[in-house]
Amino acid sequence: MDAIILQFLNGLDKGSAYALIALGLTLIFGTLGVVNFAHGALFMIGAFCAVTVQRLLSLSYEVEVEGETDFLGNPMTTDIPYVQSWFGEAIGQGIIDWSVPLAILFAIPVMLIVGFVMERGLIQYFYKRPHADQILVTFGLAIVLQEIIKQIYGANPIPTPAPEAFRGSLDFGVWLGFDPNTIIYPYWRLVYFFFSAFIIAAVFAFLQFTTFGMVVRAGMADRETVGLLGINIDKRFTVMFGIAAAVAGLAGVMYTPINSPNYHMGMDFLVLSFVVVVVGGMGSLPGAVLAGFLLGILQSFASMNWIKDILPGIDQIIIYLVAIAILLTRPRGLLGRKGVMED
Amino acid sequence: MLGLNRKDLTLMMIVAAMTLLAPIILNPFPSDSAMAQFNAGYPDLMQRFVIFGIFAIGFNILFGLTGYLSFGHAAFLGVGSYSAVWMFKLLSMNVIPAIVLAVIISGLFALVIGYISLRRSGIYFSILTLAFAQMSFNLAYSVLTPITNGETGLQLALDDPRVLDGGSSGGSLPVTQLFGLEMRATTQLEIGAWSFDFNVGYYLCAAIMLAVFYLAIRIFRSPFGIMLRAVKSNQQRMNYTGLNSRPYTLAAFVISGMYAGLAGGLMASMDPLAGAERMQWTASGEVVLMTILGGAGTLIGPVLGAGFIKYFENIFSKINDNVLHSWFAVMPDGIEDFLVTIVHPFVGKGWHLTLGLMFMAVVIFLPGGLVEGGQRIGRFVTGRRNKKAGGAEAEAARKQPAE
Repeated sequence: MDAIILQFLNGLDKGSAYALIALGLTLIFGTLGVVNFAHGALFMIGAFCAVTVQRLLSLSYEVEVEGETDFLGNPMTTDIPYVQSWFGEAIGQGIIDWSVPLAILFAIPVMLIVGFVMERGLIQYFYKRPHADQILVTFGLAIVLQEIIKQIYGANPIPTPAPEAFRGSLDFGVWLGFDPNTIIYPYWRLVYFFFSAFIIAAVFAFLQFTTFGMVVRAGMADRETVGLLGINIDKRFTVMFGIAAAVAGLAGVMYTPINSPNYHMGMDFLVLSFVVVVVGGMGSLPGAVLAGFLLGILQSFASMNWIKDILPGIDQIIIYLVAIAILLTRPRGLLGRKGVMED
Repeated sequence: MLGLNRKDLTLMMIVAAMTLLAPIILNPFPSDSAMAQFNAGYPDLMQRFVIFGIFAIGFNILFGLTGYLSFGHAAFLGVGSYSAVWMFKLLSMNVIPAIVLAVIISGLFALVIGYISLRRSGIYFSILTLAFAQMSFNLAYSVLTPITNGETGLQLALDDPRVLDGGSSGGSLPVTQLFGLEMRATTQLEIGAWSFDFNVGYYLCAAIMLAVFYLAIRIFRSPFGIMLRAVKSNQQRMNYTGLNSRPYTLAAFVISGMYAGLAGGLMASMDPLAGAERMQWTASGEVVLMTILGGAGTLIGPVLGAGFIKYFENIFSKINDNVLHSWFAVMPDGIEDFLVTIVHPFVGKGWHLTLGLMFMAVVIFLPGGLVEGGQRIGRFVTGRRNKKAGGAEAEAARKQPAE
């Protein structure tokens, strides 16, 4: 029992990442009808926003330490970050420590701009082209973005730790009446789960309860009619592209403490999140979220030892197996709408 | 001749001449001149040209003719390599059984995957093939380690049985050969300042490539090929006329899978090791890049694309800052440094950036790939008159049937 709960919890954080990326993908697909293979790259750019913020905050200057010399007789120097000298030592260290959450503030505008530029500069010329062309051009874009990041930050993973306060683990089992240390769950993963739940809720609320969201939903259902009513639907869809990029970026920012970001993390997630989107049903937002969590949890159950003993290697392929089974039995995915991508 | 019309025969002859004379054509610069780094006429690279050419020709039979975009073709290449290396380990160092087995196994593999994947079309088909390829990749890395040797990759060992060769041959690893002719054997021909390498392995690959290129032409021109094109232009209409298109697409899928397996087998024959990274989806993406870059649906396009990408991969990635400085040495110092800084991110390790940009440019501006670019230039040069004659065919091919 405790093992099952543990695996369930373990699945949640991976599932949250899948759900967030798949949500963004589906937003873009549902609004613009574009298959975006560069979405993983957006996730990666988000993660590197966190790296950038961390580096910016840790910018420091050298100070000579009075009265001390190193073994060569030169004066000792020590690096003091600018933020420490501006805000005092304690606050400065706190700011550096909290660089990952602070990066959210930085990532939102950056990702929105990246999204706008991408849509206006490239994607808008591909609305009328076949899906294969869209896949190819965004795949090319993904390579370019990835290589640019590689040029700037190098090829090695860059560790970006979570704030000190969240580094420990929560002994979850005690709450439920199990023995201590049976169900331990890192705090940050819990934070990640709640964060993504919040983002998902925010996106849905935005679409459901604002006038803007209403117009966008109308546009998803029938773009032409909305356009004929005198509404500039293209502009709104551009905004939605930006929002989708921001969602992917935020997923990346918060994921950095779980996995140190490297330049090809986007590609790794891209394939899985496409599978998630297809399983959930092309163009269905709730489907994407549901399938994201479902596959994340399934994956972590499949990596339990007694399951691996029966079916070796199942943890590596479970997602693809489920995807194949679903595509063959329910071509529209779990919650897919009729008439989407069925040509 | 050969059952080809005059145009195809000319194309075939040009390709044959180019591949057979490649060691000379690709080495246009004297071997000790500054331009020698642009020479591509060394065996390893030339082998890669033709092997990836085969891979891309096969992919084009599926994608170019039927329009089904498979994102998992590297899996067949990987399977082909593994089976070839196993043949070297168990049976003999002769490349014939290895290549034959590679083609058969990958064909069977493609049959299974194609049978399932072709139930869906469009993006769903892409995702299904991607899922199968990633599954094979993950399994090759983890559970199938006894067969694939996991991360290390499958290699020859001294204590392999090699039934036909009669056990191990002394203290060194045996080399792949064709009835005694070693694949790595190279004859060097020096004419003045030039030197040309004629490599046995290359000529084996080239001969096979010519054979499969001929086969591809025949497939393109056959009723079967026309049927595949019909699938691309309007599958629904085909179904309404009572034709079941599935056997045709499946046959195309299996054929292109066998081409990929052949490429994998040849790759292993040139260098007898096989690793799982050949099956990763980025490797599948590469063959897609090659085909599109050259021109999907054209005969020569995939070969051009494969050669283009492999050439620039090799040449661009060799250019480092020193080379750049020597190029721009004529300029004043400030400008020299500036130019080097500008060019630096695009060459050497950053050459993938150039590839990505090039690829995007092709998809955006030249949906027909290099072949279309060539046609446009040709039309521009020869003027308007030819436009009607030469362009009409291409236009007719591009035009969708009226609804």
